[in-house]
Amino acid sequence: MLDEFMQGFASAREVNLLRIKEAKENGRKVVGIYCTYCPQELILAAGAIPVGLCGMSENPIAAAEETLPRNLCPLIKSSYGFAATDTCPFFHFSDLIVGETTCDGKKKMFEIMQDLKPVHVMQLPHLNNTEASFELWVEEVRCLKKRLEKELQVTISDQDIWRAVEVINQEKQAIKAMFDLNRADPPPLSGMEMLTAAWSRSFSSDKGELIDNLNGLVREVANQTNNRQVKAPRVLLTGCPVGLGTEKVIRLSEELGAYIVAMENCSGYKTLELQTATNGADPIVALAEKYMAIPCSCMSPNPYRLKLIDNMIDDFRVDAVIDLTWQACHTYNIEAFEVGKLVKSKGLPYLHLESDYSNSDLESLKVRIEAMLEMVEK
Amino acid sequence: MIVIGIDIGSVAAKGYIISSGNHHRAMIPTGWSPREAGQAIIDQLLEASGLERNQVEQIYVTGYGRVAFEHADKTVTEIKCHARGVAELYPEIRTIIDIGGQDSKVISTGEKGQVLDFAMNDKCAAGTGRFLQVMATALGLDVSELGDAEDPGQMQTISSMCTVFAESEIIGSLARGNPKGGIIAGLHQSVGKRVAAMARRMGIREQVAFTGGVAINPGVKRALEEEIGTRIIVPEACQYTGALGAALLAWETLRRDL
Repeated sequence: MLDEFMQGFASAREVNLLRIKEAKENGRKVVGIYCTYCPQELILAAGAIPVGLCGMSENPIAAAEETLPRNLCPLIKSSYGFAATDTCPFFHFSDLIVGETTCDGKKKMFEIMQDLKPVHVMQLPHLNNTEASFELWVEEVRCLKKRLEKELQVTISDQDIWRAVEVINQEKQAIKAMFDLNRADPPPLSGMEMLTAAWSRSFSSDKGELIDNLNGLVREVANQTNNRQVKAPRVLLTGCPVGLGTEKVIRLSEELGAYIVAMENCSGYKTLELQTATNGADPIVALAEKYMAIPCSCMSPNPYRLKLIDNMIDDFRVDAVIDLTWQACHTYNIEAFEVGKLVKSKGLPYLHLESDYSNSDLESLKVRIEAMLEMVEK
Repeated sequence: MIVIGIDIGSVAAKGYIISSGNHHRAMIPTGWSPREAGQAIIDQLLEASGLERNQVEQIYVTGYGRVAFEHADKTVTEIKCHARGVAELYPEIRTIIDIGGQDSKVISTGEKGQVLDFAMNDKCAAGTGRFLQVMATALGLDVSELGDAEDPGQMQTISSMCTVFAESEIIGSLARGNPKGGIIAGLHQSVGKRVAAMARRMGIREQVAFTGGVAINPGVKRALEEEIGTRIIVPEACQYTGALGAALLAWETLRRDL
């Protein structure tokens, strides 16, 4: 039964691609997004389908390098490459692309991407604890609403937004419940399974169905007996975004005998404790509050990420932490110093890996991961 | 109890056989087949010790070729093996710098040789034995001759970390008539700087040991000592500490199971 659920998640991308194609033919609008900072609620409220865009494959990077510098993070190059070569069907179907200024590389890339599609860029403040920065962000969320209304020719009412808030809050709860299953020892889900289920949500065209599937998975796991008897080191993964296609560190770790029990990444636990408050007067302010609290390394300072990792280490009874930085991602790369200090202060091995989407460093990654796991074995 | 530890590196395969109260070691070039090199090492160890294959209870294998060798009872990383091997020879060591053919590592160790932390070079060859080998060829020397040929008094700084660019730098330097000995001293300094930076980043705790094939080169040792500002111990069998560690780990597993 668990396998059936997992297969459902694994095929979500294909299934939803067909659905989105159909929906488009019936006049529905599609909005492509890249980042967890994008308030999907507004897209849902506009009656459009929010969809995560491709950026997790090495294939289009060579094409991207015709335009972008080589020494840039693989995620930006891959995202742009997919768009430029028209090999991402979701990009193809999108009526509007929403980007955010999470880093210098992305914000300058989005300027170039404008030549391919309409791109709306949300300007993020770099600090999230002052009134001025909050006001800027509220204004940016309002701007997105206006742009969606103009581009998709709809009017978004407060009522529409509150309804969408309800849906996304439920989705967050369902994903969190799925991740929380792995607080158990041994963990019922592998890292690859968690990633597959979590990743499927970015392509999902029907939030209700996604929530049902996630809740179904959680119930199913509760009912079955855990057949993983082997005692293995429990590893937490943090750092840059990981998706299907760029899961090499998760795959290698599990092949080498670890359990990846928790992921503090964009598609993982990073945003799962953040719910939009539903008791306010203005839904835009409520949304701004939630999104501003995301502990991304683009914020300075970014203490909530350390607190989150600290709590996750305890909650998931973690034996070691792997921190993965994609090449040229300066904010996560530099923040690794603080993460390393925290992990080591808790007496656990900490492994910082810097890599890209290629397979060129598999052997050296293996040695490092294996040596870290040997440190846990004692 | 009889155990074997093998370290199949990119350049050389090393082995240790330990039987009660006795040990032998052997080394050969790895060549193109790490699997065959591993087998040849076992044959040499058995011959040297006068033992039979079926008397060997455990074989532990480490090094980059460890996965290619199918007769291993267990594979262990070089990091753990070097830490264990060095702790046997010098229990007071807390930092190990290991420079092999393909990579350079810095390992921080505890009282019993357990690994506390480690750092490894990035993907490229800067700061490895391979880097020195390419440069030796450009200078018309064998890599083993570099150590004695250096002249730190006439140091010619090599600024490029990239193997290919450093090679062009050397050719240019030779063309300008600079002395070979000074260029070689510059190469050693370049490796020393690169590895010392990695060691400092991880944190250097004394005492410090230097192992791996490159440790034979006194020029690199000199450069490292200058860069990190502390005396460094090079074990007499600096190329064998990984194999020794593998054998000791195998021995300890057997003893624990008794």
